Amino acid sequence: MSKAFPLPSSLKVVPGTERAQAAYPYYMQFGPEDDQRFWFYNSMHFPEPMHAFDSVTGEAAYCALGAANTRVHCLPTTKGIDERIINGRVYIGGIGVTDPAEIKERTDEFVQRAFYYYENWEKLYADWKLKMRTLIEDAQKLPPLDLPKYEPLENVRAGRGIASNHWLLDTYQKTLEGYFRMWHHHFEFLLLGYGAYLTFFGFCKKAFPEISDQSIARMVAGMEAEIFRPDEELRRLARVAVQLGVESPFQEGVPVQTVLESLKDLGAQGQKWLDELETSRNPWFNVNVGDGFYHYHRSWNDDLSLPFSALPSYIRQVKAGDSLERPVNQLLEERVQLIADYRELLGTDQDRAAFDQMIALAHRVFPYVEGHKFYCEHWYTNLFFNKIREFGRLLAGHGFFAKEEDVFHLTHYELKSAIVDLMQSWSAGSPPRGPAHWPALVAERKAAIQAWAKHDTPPALGPVPEIIDDPAIVMLWGITRESLDAWLSAESAGETKELKGFAASRGVVEGTARIVKSVDEISRLRDGDILVCQVTNPTWSPIFRKIAAAVSDIGGSMSHAAIVAREYGLPAVVGTGTATRRIRDGQRIRVDGGRGIVTLLD
Amino acid sequence: MTSDLIGWFADLTLADRPSVGGKGGSLGELTRAGIAVPGGFVVRTAAFEAFIGELERSGSLRARVEALAAEDLDAITALSSELVARVQQVPLPDVLRAALAEAHGKLCAVDAGSPLAVRSSATTEDAEDASFAGLQDTYLWVMGSAEVERQVRSCWASLYSVPSISYRRRQGLPEAGVAMAVVVQRMVDARCAGVMFTRSPTSGDRSVIVIEGAWGLGSAVVSGEVTPDRFVMGKITGEITVREIRDKHVRHVPLAGGGTAEQETPAELREVPCLSDEQLQQLRDVARRIEKHYGRPQDIEWAFDQEGTLRILQSRPETVWSAREAAPVAAVKDNPLHHVMSIFGGRN
Repeated sequence: MSKAFPLPSSLKVVPGTERAQAAYPYYMQFGPEDDQRFWFYNSMHFPEPMHAFDSVTGEAAYCALGAANTRVHCLPTTKGIDERIINGRVYIGGIGVTDPAEIKERTDEFVQRAFYYYENWEKLYADWKLKMRTLIEDAQKLPPLDLPKYEPLENVRAGRGIASNHWLLDTYQKTLEGYFRMWHHHFEFLLLGYGAYLTFFGFCKKAFPEISDQSIARMVAGMEAEIFRPDEELRRLARVAVQLGVESPFQEGVPVQTVLESLKDLGAQGQKWLDELETSRNPWFNVNVGDGFYHYHRSWNDDLSLPFSALPSYIRQVKAGDSLERPVNQLLEERVQLIADYRELLGTDQDRAAFDQMIALAHRVFPYVEGHKFYCEHWYTNLFFNKIREFGRLLAGHGFFAKEEDVFHLTHYELKSAIVDLMQSWSAGSPPRGPAHWPALVAERKAAIQAWAKHDTPPALGPVPEIIDDPAIVMLWGITRESLDAWLSAESAGETKELKGFAASRGVVEGTARIVKSVDEISRLRDGDILVCQVTNPTWSPIFRKIAAAVSDIGGSMSHAAIVAREYGLPAVVGTGTATRRIRDGQRIRVDGGRGIVTLLD
Repeated sequence: MTSDLIGWFADLTLADRPSVGGKGGSLGELTRAGIAVPGGFVVRTAAFEAFIGELERSGSLRARVEALAAEDLDAITALSSELVARVQQVPLPDVLRAALAEAHGKLCAVDAGSPLAVRSSATTEDAEDASFAGLQDTYLWVMGSAEVERQVRSCWASLYSVPSISYRRRQGLPEAGVAMAVVVQRMVDARCAGVMFTRSPTSGDRSVIVIEGAWGLGSAVVSGEVTPDRFVMGKITGEITVREIRDKHVRHVPLAGGGTAEQETPAELREVPCLSDEQLQQLRDVARRIEKHYGRPQDIEWAFDQEGTLRILQSRPETVWSAREAAPVAAVKDNPLHHVMSIFGGRN
């Protein structure tokens, strides 16, 4: 039986959005030759239609991913990823290597390159953190955007020669260049790290056919990863508030601004707490409330309401005698015991020796696997989008569009043209052309995003490959021949009462579903509700104290959400694909985190 | 008090199997390991021997069985019905009767009518032998000394059933070695009961515990008359990875006058899980202790009584997967890094 998804050429652009579709660069548009290939919708990273500017994330990431796989580490059976966008949805396709001679050639290269990384992992990773810190500092040092009426006198007298308008272009290009560079760092270790982890994972699945993904993850998971720090800082601030005796302003439902003002009114002690807040914020509040792939995944630093909403309950716990310290030593001992217990169950000494070899490597690579996201997807990405936002503010100030956020409806090429337009206008002393050009396009694209969001898109396109032998696709997206078959049958099966996802954290809970599509809606959650969202993210962890379970559209067994949910002892099913569309707000549902199943009860 | 004829669980170990059978030895071993096994005693093989000696005095028995031809079903049937009747009717020797009554009195000191289970306990260790007809008799909810004696005789008599004699004749087994112990044990008034495996029966995975249970006495599960709920738990982590809640349409319940009956499960219970998460964790704990005690995977029968107390009714070594040669999952590599080629090297 031949099975196939719709061909790319059969996908129609939603009527009325053709011009918005045409805004994406030509190399992201599907062409007739793409019908020959298999594509899948990257709902894991891009669950929502892409703003024109945000498509830079796919571009920069796939440039770096492909370079690492194809040319740097030379993965034997796979090269990079091609990307297309239609109706704002990102489809990607892998480039596999099937010619045995080429695989052999690439294997010889791979062993020399990847093994060097494994052998020198700790040193290279320490260097990597320094490189990332430098990159971040460079981005932080980019100057504020300014077009003064006259070039400042001191610039003139210093013989600077280059006028202020030029620095707009310079800063923009550095901003963009830094983002592309960051993604290279992101992928410098990623596939190798995942590969080493999955080597151990695969061994466990063979030795213990019924072991859960999370048991394997628990044997490997680190204890000190950067991604736990933001929440730890929050707990620290709760302790400090109690120590300083300034806990009274922290009440549920009080706006952040009011809390900050009340603290100032408390005098020296209040100021001490505010100083501690500043220490924590830099850098640990540079965490986005999403995966960081969209400009509207704002950080705690940009919007303190999320971290502050957790403080009243943390403070209550501190006052009740709970130090809120993560019992790192205890967690570490538990991990050691877990490993010893599984090891003991292995059937042969040979297996125990192989197990030791594989888990040692998994432990070496895992700090990167867990830690890189803070530097890349959170801290750097946050700086990047905020710098673009600064350009948005400048352009909006010159009438290019109504609001600074509108800048994200321009592609990065278009944004450059708008900047050059403004530079010319400043230099000529004439009005810019942009205000007559962009507002209509922005309005059109805003409407398109809304239209596309309502429009379902197939999970995959084109002919289904016989086998998926591409470690990148399997590792990063969890896509296998089996999962494609499941998608195909789901397409024809119609409605069922069950949603399946990754078993992220065990436990069974029934309750009221609360669909939360953005952080703004978090206040709708009541104690005991089940959070249903597109992405669960560890930066949402403070709200995990309130909810009974979590369900998400995206995320896999490698996701931090799984790790954090387990830490909170909360049932979680991630990567259901459709939870926010299939579940109604207020519906009764059952979440079985051990099996990865969500059941609709009414 | 333990004697040649009667052995109390607390005094027995697996080493006593020749005189108390596999079940009796295992229950003793579990009791001594501190596992919550319902109290009881074993009517040892010596008691059976004493009784057979009594029977032989009023006419040859074993010699006549040995003289039968394996294929002469008519002769086997005729002798079987004669011997079964004699085993059930000839009075016990006084010393035996007294010992049984004394043991019963001690086990049921509070209430002489306490319900008991009477189960045959074969002395052979071979699983295939143990499963042959007649050696698996179990009588549930037996009340009173006289009933216990009657069912002990029933267990003994099963050795002279037609299939049992036929089997021995086909195998050419000497009758002198034929003996049986009988377990007499307090009955658990089970709210729910079932079996569990400390190694997955389907995959052989030693890292999980598979639990099957249903409402009422465990006999409904063991006999296959009800489709039980099925749970799979991480042996080490305790996570419950599989929950299959089934329509448990019937349950076995005790009868007021003794014995048990199959009953329709009340509608409100049929599709409700028979075990809570806490109970599953209790089962896991005890399964791990038993497996650790024996040093190998076990198949275990368990029951929760009406008050929610867990009792272990039986534990046997797992035989199917343990008999297989365990091939290593992966070879040790001179350079551990070569393991990653299982991910990056393609399918070859």
